[in-house]
Amino acid sequence: MGGLPAGPVERDEHAYEQWEQRVDALMMLLSAKERRLLRVDELRRNIESLGADAYDRMGYYERWMHAIVQTLIQRGVISIDELGRTMAGTGGDDAE
Amino acid sequence: MNDPARPGPSDSRGYYRRMQAAVEELLILKGVVTAADVDRQVAAMASRSPERGARFVARAWVDPAFRARALADGAAAAGEIGLEVGPLRLIVVENTPDVHNVIVCTLCSCYPRMLLGIPPEWYKRRAYRSRVVRDPRAVLAEFGTEVPAGMRIRVHDSTADMRYIVLPMRPAGTAGWSAERLAGLVTRDSLIGVERLPDAV
Amino acid sequence: MPSEVAAARFRPGDRVRVRAAHPPGHIRTPYYCRGHVGVVERLCGAFANPEELAYNRPGLPAQPLYRVRFKATELWPDYREDPADVVEIELYQHWLEEVS
Repeated sequence: MGGLPAGPVERDEHAYEQWEQRVDALMMLLSAKERRLLRVDELRRNIESLGADAYDRMGYYERWMHAIVQTLIQRGVISIDELGRTMAGTGGDDAE
Repeated sequence: MNDPARPGPSDSRGYYRRMQAAVEELLILKGVVTAADVDRQVAAMASRSPERGARFVARAWVDPAFRARALADGAAAAGEIGLEVGPLRLIVVENTPDVHNVIVCTLCSCYPRMLLGIPPEWYKRRAYRSRVVRDPRAVLAEFGTEVPAGMRIRVHDSTADMRYIVLPMRPAGTAGWSAERLAGLVTRDSLIGVERLPDAV
Repeated sequence: MPSEVAAARFRPGDRVRVRAAHPPGHIRTPYYCRGHVGVVERLCGAFANPEELAYNRPGLPAQPLYRVRFKATELWPDYREDPADVVEIELYQHWLEEVS
């Protein structure tokens, strides 16, 4: 996106929530040499595939979480079905 | 196909937080990671901060031989003073009276995280990433930074495997200062290049 | 055993043009420099091709990665700031061609 027109730089700082820090941690752990379950390049490709509209509407760690899940599914590490079931199991309780 | 930005039929708030919890739970069940691994990694990332970059810069200011080694191989030099940065390839770009350096990743948000920690929000957003390669002085002005006439700008777009840190000029009025005292002057934004450090009064 | 690293074709100071290609997929060559001419600032080493890594392929042979320096006035025809300003970008060898 270098060189495209854009608005002013907003300099707000953002303290990340626990779940966001854990997304970051998962990304580091899964891409580390000891596991190599995904590459940062695969994550980037999955983020780029979002398209400009979804990209702009999603938060930074929402995009990375989406990309981690897409990559793990593509790699066969997790299945969509087991993810859906596990999410339903953790759903309904958003308390930190 | 589901719209990733508008997931689920009803309560989509917290969707990705639930996804994170579920993925972590699955990966633990499969023996890929433990909860302790994730906790440790969160703590490790939280322990990395611009203060490490400040120490690195201050050492370069007081020790010309270290400065030369830092300019040749930033990661090796960081390692010398206990700033472990893993496999990071670090290029140190020095500000001079003729040259001001600014760092960006137009393609995503690449940043020397293993040295400095997580990048600021603005560094990851469209406005900075689109505009600083095209109108660097206008963007720097939004940070309250003026680059004097006659000083040219080098914008570094971190597109591949290298990571960058700016070595700001040592402020005037600091003769004889210890490295610790000097480190207190160095800000995160001066390491990215959107700030110039004021002289010590 | 064949080498898994492509030989480096360019040296610091060489003028190079970025290919004006627009393939799909994950590309680490920014749009704004494609088709433009710059000067090699340094060879950074050789790395597996991210375009292939993005699809979980090995990305070999490793491609030499260069930092290429572009004049801002070359990249932006209406550049209004200092004409001595530059933008320096890391580019993989397979995106670069010689400028005669």
